[in-house]
Amino acid sequence: MTRFVLRRLLAMIPVLLGVVLLIMVTIDLIPGDPAALMLGQGATPEMVAKLRASLDLDQPLPVRYVRYIARLLRGDLGRSVREGRRVNTEIADVWPATVQLGLAAMTLAVAIGIPVGMMSARRPYSLLDNLVRIVSLAGLSMPIFWTGIMLVVVFSLWLGWLPAGGRGSWYHLILPAVTLATPSIAMLARMTRSTMLDVLREDYIRTAQAKGVATRGVMVRHALRNALIPVVTILGLQTGQLLGGAVLTETVFAWPGIGRMLVRAIFARDYVLLQGGVLVLAVTFVMINLLVDLSYAYLDPRITYQ
Amino acid sequence: MTAAVQGTPHVSAGAAMWKRFRRNRLALMGLVIVGFLMVLAILSPMLAPADPARQTLDDKRMAPGIKYKLGADEFGRDIASRLIYGSRVALVVGLVSVLIALLLGTALGTVAGYLGGGVDEVVMRAMDVLLAFPYLLLAIAIVSALGPGLANTILAVGIWATPAFARVVRGSVISVKEQEYVQAARAIGASTSRIIVRHVLPNCISVVVVYSALYMASAILLEAALSFLGLGIQPPTPSWGLMVSTGRDYLVIAPHIATFPGLAIAFAVLGFNLLGDGLRDALDPKLRT
Repeated sequence: MTRFVLRRLLAMIPVLLGVVLLIMVTIDLIPGDPAALMLGQGATPEMVAKLRASLDLDQPLPVRYVRYIARLLRGDLGRSVREGRRVNTEIADVWPATVQLGLAAMTLAVAIGIPVGMMSARRPYSLLDNLVRIVSLAGLSMPIFWTGIMLVVVFSLWLGWLPAGGRGSWYHLILPAVTLATPSIAMLARMTRSTMLDVLREDYIRTAQAKGVATRGVMVRHALRNALIPVVTILGLQTGQLLGGAVLTETVFAWPGIGRMLVRAIFARDYVLLQGGVLVLAVTFVMINLLVDLSYAYLDPRITYQ
Repeated sequence: MTAAVQGTPHVSAGAAMWKRFRRNRLALMGLVIVGFLMVLAILSPMLAPADPARQTLDDKRMAPGIKYKLGADEFGRDIASRLIYGSRVALVVGLVSVLIALLLGTALGTVAGYLGGGVDEVVMRAMDVLLAFPYLLLAIAIVSALGPGLANTILAVGIWATPAFARVVRGSVISVKEQEYVQAARAIGASTSRIIVRHVLPNCISVVVVYSALYMASAILLEAALSFLGLGIQPPTPSWGLMVSTGRDYLVIAPHIATFPGLAIAFAVLGFNLLGDGLRDALDPKLRT
């Protein structure tokens, strides 16, 4: 098991190196002089030259890459161009808000999506099942920024029950969390339903039923446990959806998280801040998928790790 | 092929597929929605009640009614007409970006799967790098560097969708590669390119078709999201995502401005999702969900 974890960690290294390279070279896609663009019109040539030097933009790509990696290994994401603050500090300031939102959305997705999918699979093509299938497909099809806006119109502007934006009390968390969770709830319900249907066709389910195990017991103890592996995979992939969706949700609800910071960085043309934020999100996503892989061992003892 | 063995020699694979597809009501609904969108996009000038760019400032933010079926926006433009023209943007971005992903992904997946070894390793690690970016962020990174606009949006969406196609094509190439008829072709001296084009790729078509429909849905959502953030399609082009974004400023006095474009996005995405699901069930009954 330790060897498997080590192997997986080693396999991550080339992917992470590639992610860093890709994030670094996006700056080369910028038409014109990135340093001048970042500083805006009031910049003197000296300021531009200084920024270019500090970003190693005057160095050949391999040198730049090695220096960038070296800085990252020291845990240094650079300084934001606009405010001159350390990117580490900027991200540390906004990170808790995004984690809170993401965890709340993930909790909703699991707590609603999986039970709904199970209920749906119990009697396939029944009224309830058809309803679940249609609603979940609609949930997957709505753009979340629009879902959020519609929730604001109904629950904040018309009913006045919940705040339309900002972060503070638990009330502030409800609408953004529901918004961000909507596609994931739908996705989990669909996946749970289809894997449960597959599992329910297996012989051991019929055996359990024949032995007289109550339906509830069959569903939970025999079927769900086996259906959970593909569901966990989807859960891992959904974290990517949640981290990206946070950009949209945080924009709609003025939620002070990393997503809103990224959008702010883009419009301020602060590519150093943008690169830092994207890098942190990508690394988080890679790590979560590693954890998902490792959790298979717990869920399915048949899986062995050479 | 199995149909022929079972004694119905006249039923082609396509006809059998269509038979399965036709029985699926949701899939047919998807087909109708997609067809409807295509008609809207192609015949926009004939179907739109007004010029989507004409501003009537006296009618600013007018609620839906007789004059404007779906109301007027913040410049007094007819929202219904802008939605109809917006279908062009959604479909063009969707079609072209999916085409880019399909060609690039199929090429990469075929090369990786067929050649295997080091080439496979390098190509698939590169795809892993693209997949390491959470949803939306790769596209944001590309567009924030290249700048907004139609062409860059298409490019960003296309690159985002490429790894999915590469992975699935590679998988099906690997499963076909060792089949006896491919080995037979190799044994009689067929060239690698001939084997790939004649024997390997035809087996990937069904999976690529299903992915294309499902990724059309995702591409339309992604374009809408980028445009909503101000990074995609730029005004005054009528993009649905952009229309939701401008409508946000008038939620108290005129919520219809943001509401209808969002419904249009959901409708289009739903159509392609239903079509994709239906195609998957019809083309590969084993994958039925």
